[in-house]
Amino acid sequence: MNGQMQQSETGQGKSPAADASGSAAIDVAHLVKVYKTTRAVDGVTFRVARGSITGLLGGNGAGKTTTIAMIMGLVLPTSGRIQVLGASIPDQSYDVLGRMNFESPYVDMPMRLTVRQNLTVFGRLYAVKHLRERIDQLAADLDLRDLLDRANRKLSSGQKTRVALAKALINEPELLLLDEPTASLDPDTADWVRQHLETYRKTHNATILLASHNMLEVERLCDRIIILKRGTIQDDDSPDRIMARYNRDTLEEVFLDVARGRLREGAP
Amino acid sequence: MSEIASPHQRTISLHRINAMVLRYWYLLVSSWPRLLELVYWPALQIVTWGFLQTYIAQTSGFFAKAGGALIGAVILWDILFRGQLGFSISFLEEMWARNLGNLMMSPLRPIEFLLSMMIMSLIRLAIGVIPMTLMALFFFGFNFYAIGLPLIAFFCNLIFTSWSVGVFASGLVLRNGLGAESIVWTLMFAVMPLACIYYPVDVLPAWLQYVAWMLPPTYVFEGMRTLLIDHVFRADLMIEAFLINALLFVASFATFMVLLRSAKRNGSLLGGGE
Repeated sequence: MNGQMQQSETGQGKSPAADASGSAAIDVAHLVKVYKTTRAVDGVTFRVARGSITGLLGGNGAGKTTTIAMIMGLVLPTSGRIQVLGASIPDQSYDVLGRMNFESPYVDMPMRLTVRQNLTVFGRLYAVKHLRERIDQLAADLDLRDLLDRANRKLSSGQKTRVALAKALINEPELLLLDEPTASLDPDTADWVRQHLETYRKTHNATILLASHNMLEVERLCDRIIILKRGTIQDDDSPDRIMARYNRDTLEEVFLDVARGRLREGAP
Repeated sequence: MSEIASPHQRTISLHRINAMVLRYWYLLVSSWPRLLELVYWPALQIVTWGFLQTYIAQTSGFFAKAGGALIGAVILWDILFRGQLGFSISFLEEMWARNLGNLMMSPLRPIEFLLSMMIMSLIRLAIGVIPMTLMALFFFGFNFYAIGLPLIAFFCNLIFTSWSVGVFASGLVLRNGLGAESIVWTLMFAVMPLACIYYPVDVLPAWLQYVAWMLPPTYVFEGMRTLLIDHVFRADLMIEAFLINALLFVASFATFMVLLRSAKRNGSLLGGGE
């Protein structure tokens, strides 16, 4: 067997993050997505425990964004099963959409609206009570106070990312799906965002699933990593155990091993 | 600490519809060119057709008797066209802003999204058409509101048709991306010759009349002429138009849902580009 693990093993039984109570925040089984002739996701199975941070790692075209989009219900799977917070996706998605939120580089906030207007609209969509106080709280937490009355189009990319994060947190979601949350940010802002996500997870016992190219980010934030390549799971474990298995000091080296098809330690 | 209201509501939420109307309202008032455009084209239409009506009335006994049939037709056509545009532009704003993913991932349901765009089409229509009717009154002596109660039947039928076309066009853009944007601007013009806006249905060849009578606006424009020329309100025409509108609306909503599902299968909700 090469670097690819048996998915039933990773997803259902031996994964460190498999929810012992059986009530995982995300439960994905045999997920397949075919776009015309391309298999973007090819039989992926995993569970994400409540209160954990899990990273989806992989190169371009590995299937990270498609997997997250299917979990969100924005893309319909070709086959397979998805359960989010106990609800079957997409059939029961409206039962849980109010308890989750997301941030992605594939979507923007309306550019002509001010930060406050955008947060007001999304706060109302999510039926957030005491919305004004919630916006003030987010503005304080994410250093947006001076930007609240500025149009989104007049913000720098770092500021826009913070606003997108504020939108993603407006309803205090139990489940946060993040696609490249720190892409195009300078190291200082990226670090700041990561810190905020860590704090949010701790204070709210939230579950976070994030897709990223940034190895340092994944290493620092995630309890567990799922490595994808060409739509299949190549490995699934804690960052330390994965690095040990590949006999590498950094995830970046592991990433290169996987991308270039080099075998991990002990693989036959 | 904020609280989250019940996330399990299965009914249509006025709260979410209000949120979307607020979003479009913020956008509308943030841009004076958008507001100006709403008034500009209807004003241009009424001035052009008003003078044409005046000229024809001076040279043709029929049009002198018809008392504003042309201007009335122009205003009703604008209700139909601007109603659809008012709906579809709200949808296009989401595509242009790449905001559709945010909305589809929120608790907002498709029916609430469509209802909010219908409300916005009424608001945009009011901003554009009310000044138009006032211009018709002051410059050309045509009191649109003197049509009275039949005006409600005309308006309801036209706005329902405009929403049906708007829902269908939005579904096509949703499925095919902004490359299909031109459909939004042109689809209603396909209705124009068959709806017999400026001439009676009898003018059409017999076989084409069957097609014309499948379109609810044909009944409205025919009804308007009967009212202005013969001073008779044809309630039967309005009821028939309403029944066809009901079918059209159900069909366009069903088509939108099929196209939305197809967009989700195709993955086009993530990008929204061409």
